[in-house]
Amino acid sequence: MNRAIRILGPTSILLCVLDVILGLWVTPDDENQLEYVRLVYIHPAEAWVALYVAIAMAALCSLLYLWKRTRSLKWDRLAASAVEVGVVFILLTLVTGSIWGRATWGVWWTWDARLTATALLAVLFLGYIALRRVPADPETRARRCAAAALFAAVDVPIVHFAVNWWNTLHQSATVLNPNLKPRIHGSMAWTLLLSFIAFTALFAWMVLLRYRIEVNAHSGEDVELADALAERRAEGVTS
Amino acid sequence: MAPAISLRSAVALSGGFPVLAGVDLDLDAGQVLALLGSNGAGKTSLLRLLAGLLPLRSGEAVVLGCELPDGAAELRRQVGLAGHDPGLYEELDARENLRFALRAARLDPAGADAALERVGLEGRAVATPLGLLSEGQRRRVALAWLAARRPALWLLDEPHAGLDASTRHLVGELCNEAARGGAVVVLSSHEPELAVSLADTVVTMGGGAVIDTSRGRRDAAGVTDVA
Amino acid sequence: MWRDALLVAGRDLRIELRTRVGLWQVLPFALLTLLLFAFALGPKPGLLAEAAPGLFWLSILLSVVLAAQRSIAVEGTRATREGSRLLGLDPAGIFLGKMLALLVEVLLLEAVLLVGVLIVFHVLVTAWATLIASCVLAAIGLCAASILYGSLAGEARIRATLLPVLLLPITAPVLIAGAKAFDASVVTGSGSGARWLGILAVFALVYTALGIVLYGPLEES
Repeated sequence: MNRAIRILGPTSILLCVLDVILGLWVTPDDENQLEYVRLVYIHPAEAWVALYVAIAMAALCSLLYLWKRTRSLKWDRLAASAVEVGVVFILLTLVTGSIWGRATWGVWWTWDARLTATALLAVLFLGYIALRRVPADPETRARRCAAAALFAAVDVPIVHFAVNWWNTLHQSATVLNPNLKPRIHGSMAWTLLLSFIAFTALFAWMVLLRYRIEVNAHSGEDVELADALAERRAEGVTS
Repeated sequence: MAPAISLRSAVALSGGFPVLAGVDLDLDAGQVLALLGSNGAGKTSLLRLLAGLLPLRSGEAVVLGCELPDGAAELRRQVGLAGHDPGLYEELDARENLRFALRAARLDPAGADAALERVGLEGRAVATPLGLLSEGQRRRVALAWLAARRPALWLLDEPHAGLDASTRHLVGELCNEAARGGAVVVLSSHEPELAVSLADTVVTMGGGAVIDTSRGRRDAAGVTDVA
Repeated sequence: MWRDALLVAGRDLRIELRTRVGLWQVLPFALLTLLLFAFALGPKPGLLAEAAPGLFWLSILLSVVLAAQRSIAVEGTRATREGSRLLGLDPAGIFLGKMLALLVEVLLLEAVLLVGVLIVFHVLVTAWATLIASCVLAAIGLCAASILYGSLAGEARIRATLLPVLLLPITAPVLIAGAKAFDASVVTGSGSGARWLGILAVFALVYTALGIVLYGPLEES
């Protein structure tokens, strides 16, 4: 794991820097949105990580924890790390989305589908974190949080459709659009793809870092069972 | 004949802590076992393990033919546990509580009245919401549940604590009847004299394991006179 | 499973009849929220009529959280929960039973509140079928999610503040779809209610299924 962290760190930072360079200087601007279109090289990628990657990872790890055959606290800790880092990405998404909205639509906040769904997901994630802080023994806490993550993940597609039909102002997904050809061409498309890879790598790195912190924090508690048993039996002798 | 309860180096964890650190125990049907020991010795944990509520972490445990930890669900159906908290519904009265519990256990709810009578609860006490009854009366309801259910394994956690003389006497009677009927009775207590007079075997626990075993002075033929 | 569900539902309803918390606490709360909304928005009939769908569902949502807290509190202490396990009740049955009992209360609540909204906010309904269907489906989904999250939220003291934080974001789609369906069934409303009923149905189905499967494993210590 430490090796993965050592490799992912510089790699993801490098990719992000590359993304910034390409985004700011190499790619052309848009005739309507002018320079503001450059936000497309960070905002959709952040949204992708927050709305899909983070929650998918949290859900998968939660499933692995809940399934008896693969039950292990490491899945719980990974899920928690994914959610915490996910919250960071959600906040970034909301901030960059807000800036972009101010530039193109003139207001700091609109009730368009994507922003609203993201805000809701933020609250869902915060709820998970609140649940995590409830005092309980590790296994109970892990079980509860895993369930909460799963319930939230299941809700996301429902929220997606509900909010979409409720109000649509956001440009419909530019790359994953089923009806239209991608509206982004040439160097813009490649840079966009790069941004997705860069931010995903960044997410992975941050999750592993957070996971390592979590593991170290609890390493004192994972006392060997044999030692614990010996200590317990000794109580009986002295009492 | 195989013992009703057989534990070998049974270890159980609660929140990562080994509440039971290697228990060895054998008990036949129709026997009464008393558990003694200071607070934190593991008495309640052992009762919960025998009830199928606390999962077995390592070692062997076969209770009423059910191998733990896999057979816990099967075991629970044959067990009756009377702990500090009767585990009943405050808003319902004694009769309603018993009838619900009997129906849930797939038994005839008509047995509720007889059981309540057996433990000496009648008239107004039976129709008062549980939350308004005294501690002693609530314990009686818990005992009534055991009497109505007639489980193969009776588990009583400090059944004498805070009870008056007549209720304590009742506990002794019920234990004796159950044992004579072929059930296994395990009760924990902080009062050695009382426990010894009720039991066939007395086990002292400490540090999550058995540290002493001795014979009890139960009078199997009749009701033991409890001072 | 169904046998246990009916047994548990009967018990919960009997406790409710005995204590009448729903009648004297939850219902007044729901009606109160309507009043408070009117105070907040001002006595403008046009605005209130337009906002009625959303306000109705918001009241229901907040009231369901209250009712759910009560339903879970019935399970009381850990000893009571363990008592249920010792009785050999099927956990899926327990979930369904509690859900059914809560559903009865919520449906009654919706009925009363609906009458209140129609009268007080001057709303005229044209498509009753859509409205009733949306109320029933939404109630099922809300009850399933509430009981499920209730079992997650832990002890009473913490649960009091934690349950709303956990439950309300999850039920946001119900609020959206319910309000839109209500809107579609009203004289001045727009669009068809079909897609919104679809969302409500999916939500109800998903959370009921999750409850049946996961309630047991979650309750196990």
